[in-house]
Parts: sequence; structure tokens; C-alpha cells
Amino acid sequence: MAHITVEEVEHVAQLARLRFSKDELEEFTNQLDAILRFVGKLESLDTEGVEPTYRAIEIVNCFREDVVKPSLPIEEVTANAPESEEGAFVVPRII
Amino acid sequence: MKDVLDMGISELRNAMDEGKVSAQELTTQYLDRIEAVDKKVRAYVTVTEEVALSQAKAADEMIKKGKAGPLTGIPLGIKDVICTKGIPTTCSSRMLKDFRPPFNATVMERLAEQGAVMLGKLNMDEFAMGSSTENSAFFETRNPWDLDRIPGGSSGGSAAAVAARMCVASLGSDTGGSIRQPASHCGVVGLKPTYGLVSRYGLVAFASSLDQIGPLTRSVEDAALLLEAVAGHDSRDSTSLPRPVPPFAKACRQAMEGLRVGIPKEYFIDGVQEEVVGSIRQALRVMQDMGAELVDISLPHTEYAIATYYIIATAEASSNLSRYDGVKYGFRAKDYSNLMDMYKETRAQGFGPEVKRRIMLGTYCLSAGYYDAFYKKASQVRTLIVDDFKKAFKECDVIAAPVAPTTAFKIGEKVNDPLKMYLSDIFTIPVNLAGIPGLSLPCGFDQNGLPIGLQLMAGHLQEEILFTAASNLEKGLGLNNRWPDLT
Repeated sequence: MAHITVEEVEHVAQLARLRFSKDELEEFTNQLDAILRFVGKLESLDTEGVEPTYRAIEIVNCFREDVVKPSLPIEEVTANAPESEEGAFVVPRII
Repeated sequence: MKDVLDMGISELRNAMDEGKVSAQELTTQYLDRIEAVDKKVRAYVTVTEEVALSQAKAADEMIKKGKAGPLTGIPLGIKDVICTKGIPTTCSSRMLKDFRPPFNATVMERLAEQGAVMLGKLNMDEFAMGSSTENSAFFETRNPWDLDRIPGGSSGGSAAAVAARMCVASLGSDTGGSIRQPASHCGVVGLKPTYGLVSRYGLVAFASSLDQIGPLTRSVEDAALLLEAVAGHDSRDSTSLPRPVPPFAKACRQAMEGLRVGIPKEYFIDGVQEEVVGSIRQALRVMQDMGAELVDISLPHTEYAIATYYIIATAEASSNLSRYDGVKYGFRAKDYSNLMDMYKETRAQGFGPEVKRRIMLGTYCLSAGYYDAFYKKASQVRTLIVDDFKKAFKECDVIAAPVAPTTAFKIGEKVNDPLKMYLSDIFTIPVNLAGIPGLSLPCGFDQNGLPIGLQLMAGHLQEEILFTAASNLEKGLGLNNRWPDLT
């Protein structure tokens, strides 16, 4: 099973929008490697033709009536934002 | 009159309805108790004294008008992963330290309608990731039976507060054992209901196909009453089951004559503390004496459950936790050079190591080239685990097993070895993967005086069988009313 390298951990950190120091990267690489080796034990099981389970209950397409209801007030929603202005979230300039 | 702090929900109901104690007096007593012992246990992240007293006042009005429901005026603690309008809901994370939800979780709405009282929000492993509550970004919670030990996790605050009599009962959440394992370590009752029985609306998501809210209480009947109050269909949760709530408390009064109790050989393996096995075997004999029939069963894929879980749960978590980007709510890093940098700095500073580890593992398992080998494979093995239970429940009505391989371990003992920590969830994880209900019940103490828990599992929506079996066993064991003193 997979042996994970520091470079791969860096790549995954980029995908996950995380940042690690050099020491953290090494520690995470070792820990993730141990965990991946452990979960690799699933490889030994034959699952040919077994349907995957994504939900543990038998329930599909739970519809409800489409009724117009009040939404949360904008001021209350933006009150938790680190920065907001005129009912909008403010983010760093991107262009 | 008996000390009100020792009373269960129905005793308190009678006492309040008969005017022997008011909801306000009861709430004040609990607030005083928190004041007196929480500096030792540290279960509460936030004590909501003002809210509690005003809710208690309203509860007294309801009682006076004869409009009291089972939970009116009952002081409860709430795991800090459940959204409470205008009240900090931190998930014990730096990321949500100042987050005040603009809405209430469905379970909170239901408790409020009944006139229940909220004493405060309880500590947990950050974002419910952990088995010891040591991953809280704020502080460790201590086991009321031995302050040098962990209370279990992730609902460690919820279990410790109930055991230390700092609330009548509490709500926790269970993704891989996070209600049952701390309940076991703190000597209280904990139930992870069938997936879909309790609405997840307003429960901060960890792994959406596994998460479920449930009660932690000092008796089986209290668990039944609290579950009755919060369960039931909710159109705001698409996985909520459209089905009436059965009378769970009534099920506590049924006899267990003829009940078939399955004993899975895969749960009685090397590495399980001898006293844990001994105590559970003793409890099984009690069940047999009370008319239950013991059946040997097998759940052959148990050994693959942890690996399956840590792929599925982390994959779902990596997606769920992508919402913490420093834009809409929560923490944002102070210094950054551009948008990407803001995301990374915010998440690097806002999340603790275990949360990062799980986001990384989940992201890896879902990334290009690895999806089939990890996520799909794990989802297939999940089917095998589901099928194990289906087969087993043809031979028995309820399964009995340990909750955790050992009693509560020492603070710091496993915190630097994530894999070792994960292995302590071996007996609780299969229940979440299969979506079935599982209940943890105190069944004895080890030589250090630490509580031991017995786990009962049943098929989908078979909570009534669990309550019947558990309440009979609780009576048969007669362990009730032994609580740590702490004063």
C-alpha cells in the first residue's frame, strides 16, 4: 500500500488549503504514512462486485413542499463574518 | 426530600409539578454546583447563567398553568457542536471561538418548546475529532472519577457534566463512538440513535453519513425521555426519517423475557482489559437470570471497521470543513498577501493538529488516482459490515459487547500517537458505519474505581428493544446512585 512522501503531503496540503512548517511537514508525513499503512489492510479484502454503501439508511429523494419561507436576516448572517460591508462579505482583492 | 441533584427527569417532573421545588430553584442549585466543581472537572466551555434563569422562569409559568411537558424546567447541558442562537457555538475550536449562530438547531427548538433549561455549552474534542477531549483548543476536561484521567471523547464535557451532577442530562453527538465511549468512561448512559432519527439541522457537520445527536444521562429512562423530546422528522434535514417517534420511556417498563442477546466473538479479543470482559460477562449472566437467552454470533468484518471509518469519516470531513475559509464566519488570519494566502493562513492557524491530520487524510483519499483505492474500497467494505449486522439480527434481537477495550486512560497517555488513539474506537465504530442504534450502560467498576460500560446494539429503529434490555439490566445490576463526590 501507498508510501506517502513529503512532496505528496505538500501537494495534499495545497489541495486542502493548509500550510505547514518544515517540521510539521515531516511529522505529518510520518503520521499519515503510518495511518495509510494501517488502512491499507482493506486491500486484502475481496470486494469484487460489492455495491458501495454511501448512506446507512434506506431513504432516497426526501421531498418537501416548496413553500416560500422567510430567510435569515442579512445583518444577522453577516454579523459573524470577519469583514462585511453593505450586506456583503469582504474578501481580499483578487483582480 | 432527596437531594434534587440526585433526581432523575421523572422524579424532578413530579417534584416540580407538586410544587416541592421550582424550576428556578433547581436551576440555581445546578448553577451553584457548576460553580463549585467545574474548576476541577472543566466540562463547560460556556455557562449560560442568564439564559438558564430566564428559561427556568418561563418553565415555572408553564408548570403553574398546567402546561408542563416531560422536560419542562429540566436543566440540561449541550455539547458545543450544536447551534444555539446568539450563544457561542465553538466546536472547541479556535476557528469558531467567537461564532454566534443566527439560528437554533432543531433539537434546541424542540427543547425550548418543551420548556427545558440550558445551563451551558460543553467541551469536546475540536470539531468532534478525538476520543479523549484532549483535542479541545481551549482546555482538557477531566474524568470526574479520577481527575488525572480523560473523560473520553469527543463528547467528554457532556459525559463528565452528567457524572459530576453539573446537569441532569446532556446532548452529545456520535460519529464513531463520541457519545458511547465517554459515557462508558464516566459511568453514565449514552445513546447513539439510528441514523436519521434525530435531525442534524444545526449540528456542525463532521462526517455527514455517520453523525447523529443523542442523549447522555444518569439513567436509561432519562435517556428515553430526552430522546423522545428531540427525535422525529425534520424537513430541514434530508436524511431525517419521516416516521412518528415511538414511546421510548414506555419501552423501559417492558420485561425482557425471551429476548435473544447476541454475543459477538470478535468483540471479546486479546487486548481488552480483563476487568472489562469480566464485568460484561457478569452483566450477561444477570440478563440470562432475568429471562434473556444468550446466543453466540459473529460479526466477521469487525477488524476492518477502523480502517473503513478513518477513510470515510475523514473524506467527508475534508469536504465539510472546507467551509472554514475565513470569509463567511469564524476566524480569519490577520496577515496575508492574497486570497489563497488568506485561506491557508486562516486554516493553518484556526485548526488544531488532529483536525488538520483528518482533513489531510480525507483530502488524500479523495484525490485524483486514490479515490477508488480508498474511498470506494472503504464504502464497499462498509457494505460488508452492514451485512454482518443484518445477518446477526436474524439470530438475535440485541447485541451485547464492550464499549471500549479499556477503562479511562491517563491524560497525555495517547495524545502523541494518533493511530493508538484511533484504535480505542474499535468497538463503537461499526454501529455508525451501519447506521444502527448503540447504547452504553454502566456495568461495573475496575480495581481503580473507574466505570466500565456495556454496549447494546440493535437493528435500524429498534431503540425500543435497546431501552427494554438496558433498563432491565440497569435494575438487575443495581449500580445506580453511585456518583463521584468532588467537593
